[in-house]
Amino acid sequence: MSMNLMSGSTEIPVRVADIVQVSERVKRFRFEPVAGGSMPVFSAGAHVVVSMNIGSRRARNPYSLMGSVTDLSAYEISVLKTVDSRGGSVFLHDSVKIGDQLTVSTPVNLFPVEQRGRKFILIAGGIGITPMIAMAEQLTAQKLPFELHYAYRNDQAGAYADTLKARYGHLVHLYIDSRDERIPLDALLKNQPLGTHLYVCGPGGMINWVLESGRKAGWPEENLHSERFLAPPSGKPFSVVLERSKKTVTVGEHESILEAIEASGVEPPYLCRGGACGQCLTCVVSCDGTLEHNDHYLAPEERDGNQKIMICVSRIKGSNLVLDL
Amino acid sequence: MNLVFKKETFRDDFTFKNSPEHVRRFPFPFHEDKYMYTVNIEPHTPGPVNSVFEFPIDVDEHYVSEMEDRALVLKDDPLRCQALPHMQLAEWDLVELLMVSMSEHYPEHFTLTRDGDKWHWINRPLGIDQQFTFGDTATLPYPPMEYITRQCQGDFCLIDQRDGNLWMDAGIVTTQADWSLDFDIGMNFMEWHGPVPLAHEAGVFDRALKFLMNLQLGKPVRRLNWTMSINPRLDTSPENFHKWGSDRMTVTPENIGEKVHLRVELQGLWRLPRSNAIVFSIRCYLISMNELVSVPKWARRMPRVLKNLPPELIDYKGLSRYRQMTIDWLSRFDDGAPTSPGGQPD
Repeated sequence: MSMNLMSGSTEIPVRVADIVQVSERVKRFRFEPVAGGSMPVFSAGAHVVVSMNIGSRRARNPYSLMGSVTDLSAYEISVLKTVDSRGGSVFLHDSVKIGDQLTVSTPVNLFPVEQRGRKFILIAGGIGITPMIAMAEQLTAQKLPFELHYAYRNDQAGAYADTLKARYGHLVHLYIDSRDERIPLDALLKNQPLGTHLYVCGPGGMINWVLESGRKAGWPEENLHSERFLAPPSGKPFSVVLERSKKTVTVGEHESILEAIEASGVEPPYLCRGGACGQCLTCVVSCDGTLEHNDHYLAPEERDGNQKIMICVSRIKGSNLVLDL
Repeated sequence: MNLVFKKETFRDDFTFKNSPEHVRRFPFPFHEDKYMYTVNIEPHTPGPVNSVFEFPIDVDEHYVSEMEDRALVLKDDPLRCQALPHMQLAEWDLVELLMVSMSEHYPEHFTLTRDGDKWHWINRPLGIDQQFTFGDTATLPYPPMEYITRQCQGDFCLIDQRDGNLWMDAGIVTTQADWSLDFDIGMNFMEWHGPVPLAHEAGVFDRALKFLMNLQLGKPVRRLNWTMSINPRLDTSPENFHKWGSDRMTVTPENIGEKVHLRVELQGLWRLPRSNAIVFSIRCYLISMNELVSVPKWARRMPRVLKNLPPELIDYKGLSRYRQMTIDWLSRFDDGAPTSPGGQPD
């Protein structure tokens, strides 16, 4: 199988058609195709990778598509401004203006609606609401029963809470941390009809809590679905030798191995850039320190084997890593 | 290519033949003088003009007759077309993929007009003019997958992706190399590939599964597979083995040229946008040994490939009874000269 078969992804030039401040730290961006016509059909749960030129650096961040899967005149994403991030969300919030051009990838869905499901419980924390907005739309169109449970920090943080409540009424349940409101998970997990599927998206701790509670309540693994918004963690700089390309690159403090490699002109395959899909799995030739696996793709024995690394999110503690690239 | 649809049969009197132009565009699958199992997947991007890879969906001179043969198979055995209920969204995805591709690349034969979900489809070779509502099954005379695949050459399987595996949950299979949708429906990727020899040991299916799970929208892939058939029979199904199994006994040194056919499957894989399912298309191309040896490169290469096949493959592909006879017949056309790399004619 050739290496370049899946490398990168099909990129679509888009124009920023609208920017809306949705809540204190969330902005919604509307992207129309520069070439005119329609954006590709997508399914609820899909994400796109948005590419941005930040100074001399090219950042690529994945964002869930929201909105209706039947409105293809534009794609819409919502971006939480995270100040400690590697610049993508801050750039989108502070520098991108209406009329600017960016590129987005074709949609990839790692969080699709299980078509055999009889009922759907959607649980969102914070910005994890975005894929759920598309899911609620699709489930409504497919006439499939669902309920949405949405938790957020405080009154100012509940992006789309009012809109969702207005559109779906009693199907939407809101929980505000600052008012000590909590999702009644144990009660939710009990007594659901056969064929119920649970979808959770939000902070890592919340996802772990929901999945763990689901397992404890006897839910089959097949009925529990999650999507993590995992940004590549930062750490001390180190160098990476690309053995086959005969190149050496330095991975900066706030940069991922994948980004550093791309900046050198080598294009390894990727899809999610969030440690989930396995597409950027790379063989380790040698490492003078220890691998820090930050992904949720590798099996425990693969992590311990130290022969494979997901270069989109993982790093090393050490100074030099040699990859089979 | 100016298409003239032939009137021919794939059963009984077997009048199927390739025109000289269609012989030259045959997707000869052997890139060298030997055959090895590989994950021979490549991007399904446009190939040379007039080749079977020119367009995503290839329509050729056999179109009308193949569709008539499909209708006959379905009449005898409706279970050749099955879809589990959760695949309905994927069925509509397939309607869109095929109608858009066929009308874009063969506008003289097919026209699609879309106004929101009000669609109008015209298929001139088959004399069909259908207005329908996209997404509303009640507006078509057949369920969506069956409707469009009665009008498109090749078998189609709709594959659901869930729980870290792929599931054969719908399909129409009437031109198959001895496998049964009715038997395989609902199976996962590892289950339906269970009978294939050698490849499991080579880890081919583990890699292929991982690869396909990440198949991207807008980036379809393809591969060629091959076997051999006696007579140009499209429906070599397990269900009808009693009708074709004994054909193998009828091969003699005198009739090899017309009876023995190389059967090549152009397999395509697309990610579908609404359902996130995958469509797996299996398009069968047939060429008789008489037609094949009209291309000198293929005449040299074919006996060399057949000589070097691993015994497991000879058995799996059902070639045991007539392989040696075919090699002997073909060897008359092999002068021992070297062949150029790749499958295309010189």
